[in-house]
Amino acid sequence: MTQLLEEAVSTVHSRRKKLVLVGNGMAGMRAVEELLALAPDLYEITVFGAEPHGNYNRILLSPVLAAEKTIADIMLNSREWYAENGITLHAGDAVTRIDRARRRVVTAGGFETTYDRLILATGSMPVVLPLPGKDLAGVLSYRDIADVDRMVEAAQSCRRAVVIGGGLLGLEAAYGLQRRGMDVTVVHNTPNLMDRQLDAAAAALLRTSLEARGLKFHMPAQTSALVGEERVQAVRFADGSELSAELVVMAVGIRPNAALAKASGIACERGVLVNDTMQTYDPRIYAVGECVQHRGACYGLVAPLFEQAKVVANHLAEFGIGRYAGSQTSTKLKVTGIDLFSAGDFTGGADTEELLFQDAARGVYKKIVVKNNKIAGAVLYGDTVDGSWYFQLLRDGTPIADFRDNLLFGQAHVGDSGVAGAGSVANLPDKAEICGCNGVCKGDIVRAITTKKLFTLDDVRMHTKASSSCGSCTGLVEQLLATALGGDYSETPAKKPMCPCTTYTHEEVRTTIAREKLKSIPAVMSFHEWKTPDGCHKCRPALNFYLLCAWPGEYEDDKQSRFINERAHGNIQRDGTYSVVPRMWGGVTSPQELRAIADVAEKYAVPTVKVTGGQRIDLLGVKKEDLPKMWKDLSAAGFVSGHAYGKALRTVKTCVGKEWCRFGTQDSTGLGIKLERTTWGSWHPHKVKLAVSGCPRNCAEATIKDLGVVCVESGYELHVGGNGGIKVRATDFLCKVATEEEVIEYTCAFLQLYREEARYLERTAPWIERVGLTHVRTRIVDDAAGRRTLHERFLHSQRFAQVDPWAERAGGKDAEEFAPLSAPAGASERVLQ
Amino acid sequence: MSWVDVGPENALPARGARTLKIGSLQIAVFRTGAGEVFALRDHCPHRGGPLSQGIVHGSRVTCPLHEWVIDLKTGRATGVDEGCTPNFPVRIVNDRVEIDLPASAEARVAALGPPPFAVCERA
Repeated sequence: MTQLLEEAVSTVHSRRKKLVLVGNGMAGMRAVEELLALAPDLYEITVFGAEPHGNYNRILLSPVLAAEKTIADIMLNSREWYAENGITLHAGDAVTRIDRARRRVVTAGGFETTYDRLILATGSMPVVLPLPGKDLAGVLSYRDIADVDRMVEAAQSCRRAVVIGGGLLGLEAAYGLQRRGMDVTVVHNTPNLMDRQLDAAAAALLRTSLEARGLKFHMPAQTSALVGEERVQAVRFADGSELSAELVVMAVGIRPNAALAKASGIACERGVLVNDTMQTYDPRIYAVGECVQHRGACYGLVAPLFEQAKVVANHLAEFGIGRYAGSQTSTKLKVTGIDLFSAGDFTGGADTEELLFQDAARGVYKKIVVKNNKIAGAVLYGDTVDGSWYFQLLRDGTPIADFRDNLLFGQAHVGDSGVAGAGSVANLPDKAEICGCNGVCKGDIVRAITTKKLFTLDDVRMHTKASSSCGSCTGLVEQLLATALGGDYSETPAKKPMCPCTTYTHEEVRTTIAREKLKSIPAVMSFHEWKTPDGCHKCRPALNFYLLCAWPGEYEDDKQSRFINERAHGNIQRDGTYSVVPRMWGGVTSPQELRAIADVAEKYAVPTVKVTGGQRIDLLGVKKEDLPKMWKDLSAAGFVSGHAYGKALRTVKTCVGKEWCRFGTQDSTGLGIKLERTTWGSWHPHKVKLAVSGCPRNCAEATIKDLGVVCVESGYELHVGGNGGIKVRATDFLCKVATEEEVIEYTCAFLQLYREEARYLERTAPWIERVGLTHVRTRIVDDAAGRRTLHERFLHSQRFAQVDPWAERAGGKDAEEFAPLSAPAGASERVLQ
Repeated sequence: MSWVDVGPENALPARGARTLKIGSLQIAVFRTGAGEVFALRDHCPHRGGPLSQGIVHGSRVTCPLHEWVIDLKTGRATGVDEGCTPNFPVRIVNDRVEIDLPASAEARVAALGPPPFAVCERA
């Protein structure tokens, strides 16, 4: 029996294809992990690593050198992990030859194995300057655990160290050695430290604060030789001067390690050449990480490597749809207490402008390079809170004209005020609550990041739930990631798929729905090769809305793809009951209506009756099976659904206006009712609230609504993109119009633009911040013909949307949704015995 | 244990669920897009949300309260969440759905709790 089982197992194994990974580093293993997540059983995987360990986080070597972390802290995958995942690991045995004709690899130790697919992830080598004396004892480079061990050992017996290279790696090495008690001088060949990342001003600030920490600098200086008999004793410079040194660390850069690929006849230049699918010249061989040269660029930072790893995994899993299109990179220095951020083209040129902020007393310096109304680069020193925001704007190519005035002051000053106080996240105590929705504290997040080896925002969301609900703490969580990982974490990629079921973005899917005339959820999924049979709770509601918006009157709503609130036409409460909010046009009611509501509340023993912020009455705690009966009674009294449960037009809030108010300038109540009569029933990417105030005193709070009308003597001001929820955001002024008819036309056009362009679950406020107010103004105010078309499309869609869902269901539609199955007689007694 | 007829298979919407109340026990009966039928206690292991009201995708359901994703085949939470809800054997006989309900008081108590790890397999 056992034998039979073993044979069966080995047959299964032999049918699996063989994947060999050469290089047990971060990029290669990330590709393997991504592959295991996509297709766990497709390959029999063998990993070769030259270093004799499991896989570790190379980014965090600097904190290890500085004695702020231990090697154990930075291990990513233990040997047990490889065994648990059925991966054969050969650590400490480097692959020396790839025999491509026979598809096999040979190691230094003489081991051989064959492959069907191979991933080259051989990483990079430190550049060693061809100086006399470079081979003396005490001369090290800075690349792996062994180098760190040697430096730590040297720090115990030696006193004077010289680090050649004032770049990122050199400064981290120098700081680490200094923390280990050495007297460290950094030698650099130009006048500016980190000249690939910093401009002169920021470099000077950096030098000053590093000097304050005890580091010395000798620059600009050209090293000409390393002096010594067996062990290095001094560094000699081109001008003949010398600096005594018992330890010399060369940290002048890295170059891709392409030797194995070259020797195997694979096309290489600086690195191993790959196409957008990360395949080398030999299509069975992929390459990923620092050894790669893609579209002329080689990368030495972790975020691009992870993006590449995703693409490799996607192709190895035979999905065949991922493409790597190159990365923009940003840098942070991992020296405790120094905040420094740099991204993109920070020097600029003839066609760029510079925005500068300098506060010498606080040690803050910010420079943003702007080209054609977009951010081309940024250097931040002392205050890097907004680094990830600037970087996102840079990668997305967001036009900045609308908030250029406040750009240098950061995201908190452009209306996104929910993240106020973010600057001090690193200084917060562990029990400070970061995610208010899910009650997650800073300590929980940092612990999850370090113990569970998390690298991305999505990882943190999955493991801690922080930032996974309303998202307002996303900036804080990103900063915690940056702080905990030393700043070099994998930031959210610019191209964000709708959900894990697909690699396509919301925009791509919507474009294809229109172009290919896709008219059902299965059609969309099959065209885009969805990875799951019927999607998930994230993509299905989004697709349902996109189809509804694209094909009004044609698309048949899929109720099983709607969130329960929209399926049951009530808001689900924490105890599983529902709430019922009848529509009150413009917030106006009558004794007769109130009487009908009171009757219904009594008849169905509604436990709580409450007035809402949107000027409605909320009946809370209704049993699901009572809903249709209640709706029938409410319909009879003339009510329709208030859509208080939907990603839909919710309410139009009004003040009393000139009919009663001594300050009123227009009939705000009447206009509000007209607006609500026109727009009710419309489905949107998220909830939409409108308001009309009769004068600038703004009693209807129109300036925190998705669209607010403020009446003035001479007409109507239209304000858009406000939000009184998670992040309070006051509206932006759109324009002023003269008549009620114009108010309605502009409102409908604005709502239709939002319906057509915003991503599902994106409210008007973040949508406007993403696309820019200028864009909205151009489409709604400047382009009169376009506005009218949008208005017409909205009205067309309303012809099919303005059907009261309550009346339909009171009449018997979807009856099974509201009726429980009936248990057979006696079942209850049997079970209860 | 005893098999209880709870109605015709086509009374269950595809990619949806209906509920069944037996005594104080609320049961959710699911039908997937592929036509498989499952019965679980209608109670999310997280905070007791009604799983029957969630979106059904593949052979999973997402709880409507806090988006835990429960595997209908095992009753277990998927991903990094940990917990489970009791499930009940289901069979289809002549296009009718039958659920095997716990007959004894012990089994019923076991089916109801205590949360979250007491009963992860068949109730």
